[in-house]
Amino acid sequence: MNPIQLIVDALSQGSLYALIALGIGLVFGVMRMINFAHGELIMIGAYALVVPSASDMARPFIAAWPAPLLIAAVIGFVAVAALATERFAFRPLRRREVDSATLLISSFAVSYLLQSLVLFFYTGRPKSVSIFPSLTRQITFGGVRVAMVDAVTILVTAALLAATVVFLRRARAGIEVRAAAEDFVMARMLGVKANRVIALAFGLSGAMAGAVSLLFVAKTGVLDFRMGVPLAIAGFVGTVIGGVGNLVGAVLGGFFLGAASVLLQALLPEELRPARDAFLYSLVILVLLVRPQGLFVTRGAGERI
Amino acid sequence: MTRKRFLAAFPAAGLIPALGVLCVVVHYLGGPLLEGALTEALVYMVMVIALYVFVGNSGIISFGHVTFAMIGAYASAWQTCCAGMRGVFMPGLPDWLLRVNMPTTPATLLAALLAAAFAALIGVAISRLGAFAAPIGLLSLLFVIKTIYENWTSVTAGQSSIVGLPLDVDIWTALLWVFAAIVVAQLHARSPSGLRLRASREDEAAARASGVTIWKERLIAFVLSAFLFAVGGGLFGHFLGTLAVSEFWLDMTFLTLAMLVVGGMRSLTGAVVGTLVVSAVRELLRAFERGIDIGGLDIHAPEGTQEIWLAVILLVILIFRPQGLVGDRELGRPVVK
Repeated sequence: MNPIQLIVDALSQGSLYALIALGIGLVFGVMRMINFAHGELIMIGAYALVVPSASDMARPFIAAWPAPLLIAAVIGFVAVAALATERFAFRPLRRREVDSATLLISSFAVSYLLQSLVLFFYTGRPKSVSIFPSLTRQITFGGVRVAMVDAVTILVTAALLAATVVFLRRARAGIEVRAAAEDFVMARMLGVKANRVIALAFGLSGAMAGAVSLLFVAKTGVLDFRMGVPLAIAGFVGTVIGGVGNLVGAVLGGFFLGAASVLLQALLPEELRPARDAFLYSLVILVLLVRPQGLFVTRGAGERI
Repeated sequence: MTRKRFLAAFPAAGLIPALGVLCVVVHYLGGPLLEGALTEALVYMVMVIALYVFVGNSGIISFGHVTFAMIGAYASAWQTCCAGMRGVFMPGLPDWLLRVNMPTTPATLLAALLAAAFAALIGVAISRLGAFAAPIGLLSLLFVIKTIYENWTSVTAGQSSIVGLPLDVDIWTALLWVFAAIVVAQLHARSPSGLRLRASREDEAAARASGVTIWKERLIAFVLSAFLFAVGGGLFGHFLGTLAVSEFWLDMTFLTLAMLVVGGMRSLTGAVVGTLVVSAVRELLRAFERGIDIGGLDIHAPEGTQEIWLAVILLVILIFRPQGLVGDRELGRPVVK
């Protein structure tokens, strides 16, 4: 494989994982909950593209709409779904001040619920769907051929990251999210409304999950009710190796994981490739042992007493 | 020993007669279907009790214990599997292992020892990780070992199944293993090491300041818990009679964790009650899906609704009883007001 193609591949996969990790990191910041259902948000965003049915060549629903409308509809739908999980599952739990283990298990329950609902309405058979057919083209870039969708993934991620940074630094609501992530109790005392700031984090996180749905389906063209699980785990692992409670760390951690998986796939000797995940996750364990607090720790990230 | 001192040392003592009575009732009045379901629940109970030993006492969630069930189940199959067919399924085993013919109980114990030895090795590192890094480290461990087992075809049959394991686990053997697990878990929880570990769960900084070496106590619990979880894995193989690497994956991880949390992860009684409740709910929903007849009224739930209701019931329990169904009470110990 051409080294430039490989780099583009690694960047694209890294970007996708970075977006997932950022979505998980946003919610983690304000709620100290690792939202496992994030993967299922990505999954239902993808399934919203087609009409519920049992057939494997699904009839397009949102997928048939013009592109701007399609993008807005999927992102909006997933954001609303994320808000719904917050309102009906996580908010009642938060009122009872449960520990993070219980929150985590309840996010499994939500994820299982969403999977079961999709299984019920769409059956478990994988479906194929095509969106943005123009993205499947290859473009020639300085003599190498690169899949358009990879280039778009990298650009979209960069744009979304930039927008998020601006929002978190400049907008009042964004500053509130950061304040709540820093010290939730203190932020509330200074007038940050708990429900609003958490809903905002969920909404943003959902919108990012929607973007991932689109990018992922544009690349693979396949829907599967279990597609969210590996994605959530990737984001989850990325968040932790980046350094929990630190959005820049989450993005870099996710990026690292995605890029490492592509590079391992390409560079491992042929006979070891099926066992790529063994190498990838050994690497994760190694990272955790060397930097238990994560690769990119900020000041004051340690537990306060 | 007086009753009071016994209960102080063994607060969950009430579990043993309660489970015994349950099994006797089901065996004589319940019919084979119910007995099979209860036996399966008891096998899971061994795993959930094992999970309690580490998760309950240390307060650190583990997404990786299924690794030990996998190691235990396969190591046990290496010694007991399928009469003359062992060399066909697992041609890569060394000669002496191909010839050995171990009864199930010592095979399970040896297999669990292997898992415990592995846990001791990896635990030296894992037990130093914090509350968020440790679960991910353990999850990564599961990924690594599962990928290795999937590709190590000559001793695990890789992506296909091993069939014909001796079916040696009936309701009574499963019950005896549960009793053993309860005794071990309880002795550990009340031992000085267990108490120090529980102190670190309540307040890490204070425990450390009082001279508790947290990683050491975590390591002890981790190894013990891996041993018991591997026993559960071995029983699982001998209950089903078949093994496939894909069984030991996220579904089993979530199911065992959900059982522990639903019951209450801070108590041994919680582990037992959670397993029974979640198993009962699953069986009931399964029965509804097949259709049941109540007084001439045929209730038949549409196919695929079982999973939806299980998720909803789990959520409702978590919302209304966030500490689990029993909280940190134990069956047998009077409630301290």
